[in-house]
Amino acid sequence: MSITTLKTATEDTPELSRRFFLMASAAAGGGLMLAACATPDVTDGAATVAAAPARPVELPIDMNAYVAIGSDGTIRIMAKNPEIGQGIKTMLPMLIAEELDADWSKVRIEQAMADQTRYGNQIAGGSFATPQHWTPHRQVGATARHMLLTAAAAKWSVPVAELTTGPSVVKHAASNRTISYGELAADAAKLPAPEKAVIDGLKLKDARDYRIIGKDVKNWDSPRIVRGEPIFGIDVVVPGMKYAVYEKSPVFGGKVVSADLAAAKAVPGVVDAFIVRQVGTDLMGLLDGVAIVADDWWTAKEARKKLNIVWDEGATASQSTVDYNRQAADLAKKAPQVPNLHNSGDAATALKGAAKTLEASYFYPFLVHAPLEPQNTTAHVKGDGTVEIWSPTQRPDGGLTLVAAAVGVEKSAIKCHMIRCGGGFGRRLSNDYMVEAAAISKQAGNIPVKLLWTREDDMQHNPYRPAGYHNFKAGLDKDNKLVALTNHFVTFGTGDKPGSSAGLPPTEFPAAFIPNTNYGMSVIPFGVPTGPLRAPTSNAVCFVYQSFLDEIAHASAKDPLAFRLELLASASAPAATPGRAGFSPKRMTDCLNSVAERSGWANRSSLPKGTGMGIAFYYCHQGHFAQVARVKVDQSGQWRVTKVWVVGDVGSHLINPTNARNQVEGSVIDGIGEMRQQITIDKGRTVQTNFFDMPLIRMNEAPQIDVHFLITDNSPTGLGEPALPPVLPAVANAIFAATGKRVRNLPITQADLRWA
Amino acid sequence: MAFTINVNGKTHTLDVAGDMPLLWALRDKIDLKGTKFGCGVASCGACTVHIDGKVTRSCVTPISSVGAGKVVTIEAIGETPVGQAVQKAWLDVDVMQCGYCQAGQIMAATALINATPAPTDKQIDDAMTGNACRCATYLRIRQAIKTAAGVSTADTREV
Repeated sequence: MSITTLKTATEDTPELSRRFFLMASAAAGGGLMLAACATPDVTDGAATVAAAPARPVELPIDMNAYVAIGSDGTIRIMAKNPEIGQGIKTMLPMLIAEELDADWSKVRIEQAMADQTRYGNQIAGGSFATPQHWTPHRQVGATARHMLLTAAAAKWSVPVAELTTGPSVVKHAASNRTISYGELAADAAKLPAPEKAVIDGLKLKDARDYRIIGKDVKNWDSPRIVRGEPIFGIDVVVPGMKYAVYEKSPVFGGKVVSADLAAAKAVPGVVDAFIVRQVGTDLMGLLDGVAIVADDWWTAKEARKKLNIVWDEGATASQSTVDYNRQAADLAKKAPQVPNLHNSGDAATALKGAAKTLEASYFYPFLVHAPLEPQNTTAHVKGDGTVEIWSPTQRPDGGLTLVAAAVGVEKSAIKCHMIRCGGGFGRRLSNDYMVEAAAISKQAGNIPVKLLWTREDDMQHNPYRPAGYHNFKAGLDKDNKLVALTNHFVTFGTGDKPGSSAGLPPTEFPAAFIPNTNYGMSVIPFGVPTGPLRAPTSNAVCFVYQSFLDEIAHASAKDPLAFRLELLASASAPAATPGRAGFSPKRMTDCLNSVAERSGWANRSSLPKGTGMGIAFYYCHQGHFAQVARVKVDQSGQWRVTKVWVVGDVGSHLINPTNARNQVEGSVIDGIGEMRQQITIDKGRTVQTNFFDMPLIRMNEAPQIDVHFLITDNSPTGLGEPALPPVLPAVANAIFAATGKRVRNLPITQADLRWA
Repeated sequence: MAFTINVNGKTHTLDVAGDMPLLWALRDKIDLKGTKFGCGVASCGACTVHIDGKVTRSCVTPISSVGAGKVVTIEAIGETPVGQAVQKAWLDVDVMQCGYCQAGQIMAATALINATPAPTDKQIDDAMTGNACRCATYLRIRQAIKTAAGVSTADTREV
């Protein structure tokens, strides 16, 4: 039953596909379509989005892929990127529809297949989609509109220049004639696709004429969600499908020595059980494990209890959080292994000459992504050497690479359906579950299988947000001006290289804004997989830097807002900070002043003891955000964030304002939730198992949130991530204001916040 | 062994182990995929259904315990006036991000309004805290519940 609702566009609507024809018959758009794109680096999005802004990428893009207009006026627009809850399936088609001058009520959005030869890079990560598609997707719409205008001009024998468009119609004012897009579609389809030079010359709409961009457009799939329709990866059913589970070593990278396969196979309903062997060395690729295939998932899961697997746990079994902490403390006493991650001026000398110095050490733990839909993929490795996959993935192409290697086919032999993800947060940039499903399908005799993980599988096999240790020293001169800052950052990795998402941006603020800075780094060798979690690097680094800056503000007897504004106005600040290109002290200053005004920052001294306000800002993913949190801490130390004010600057337009606000609210609450979470390692395995020991933030903990955007003359940028980082230090700084207790270690649950 | 259960007004006889949770009977045997799996231990609420009108976590409810109880899932909740109002409010408020938890949220919200037609913020907290939303759409869920109940959407909690 389910599969009929999950097929691709043309399969989904066969009655339409016969009437539909593709508008631009040749792929003349060519490399144009992504000419203004940045190349996302998902391993460390926060740092690299700025390092490589707007790097041109020439990709063969098929414009046919995006728009089709039926003779009945129905406009089909393909959504090219994976949908994980960020709203991209609704938002990208809005850009096309706007410049097409479409009647939105006639638009149907359909999810594209994973096909990078047609669509270019397909990824949900780095908040890249808005800056990447803002111009190219509008050009797709403008090109389609141009072809309709050309067809109308020929039909009426009038110059194109005399024609205008309204919602899905072409008008000729001089003769008072109007014709619908549907009536023109057949003629337009016979036209050759415009040359690149023509497309480049098309004038895009003036923003004041927008009818779709900037309007609240509701999430396209919501009507199906409220009815419980089967639209998620976990809901996929294909004919003849069996259900699979996969048990991996609790110690990362452990190998199967033996398993009681016969006992599992003896369970009624179990079809097969077998050992699958590791392929390659990627901890987020195909690892050793035992698969059970059954007639239903519950039966397969229960049969795991019979396996009695003996593991060769390998070297990682000796690792633990306790030992990581000991190593970090030892390393912090020594000189950094990488002494000059960043160096400007002479911080050591400046510290010696400082009128006042501060020292503080900060820590944040490993975190898990835990999207609510457990990892799953349906795969069919067929006997004829082709593969079909249905997967909730944020980065299908990475999965196809793994699958091709594991089952021995070319990537071109794999057809991959990108299915709506029940959350992502970076977890589904890794495709371990996809390659597992394919390997099980093949080994089970080329039958289609749906692999589904348990929550415990997900909690314990994840590319974790790496923990980190920051050891700061700051020096103030006699005028209480910050003149020196050092940080010995201790992280995880191999040799002197940090692991995925475990780095520190070398010019982390305020490096370029004060005269003497030195950041050094030491690396703890480890065997736990790490990876990007929503706002990677930033979600951790922002907490420590914006908290320590708060400490410095208090030590210098300055208002934490005024202290930040003073730093941003520093004469030494370059126009664009290296490594954070696009960071504008002016834009951030405006955000800070606005959030101070909206939150009543100046009046906070009237708050009772136990209630405090904290402020913080951060720039990442090309978004400028400043936040104020108000926190209430009772005398027993229980705390609650009661309100958060957010001011963001993501450029000249909020493409879909309702979703923009939703993303910001979610980011803020998600960030507060992270302050109570941790993943710990013992004997090389993850200790936490499910939501009772790794708590998700709940309804009663979600504060009121005031969201405001500054509309500025800058190209629009993304919103999946940049609103998250500032809330952690804003809350921690508010707790200090409320109690006088400085939160330097997360999770905050370990802090004693009692006051009398 | 065979169990006969009533789901959305229809009778189904299933030959499954008695300890199979209702969730998996619904999803894999009756092909009702709207009820979601999130944790398997009643910690997230994604699997929420009604049995005789009461909120039930189907992931820890053995099919053997359902008996003559009338099971209602997200697929049929719109057949009641309150369920329909809740679905409509969810759309009007544009609650969804990923949407995965929302079937469970809608089931919990409908039960709340059935029992408490004009819920306060405190009553909403108490009724909804068992339903996690990983995208953290909590403010909109709160607003949608009030919209469906026809009460003021103002957030009355202490700031």
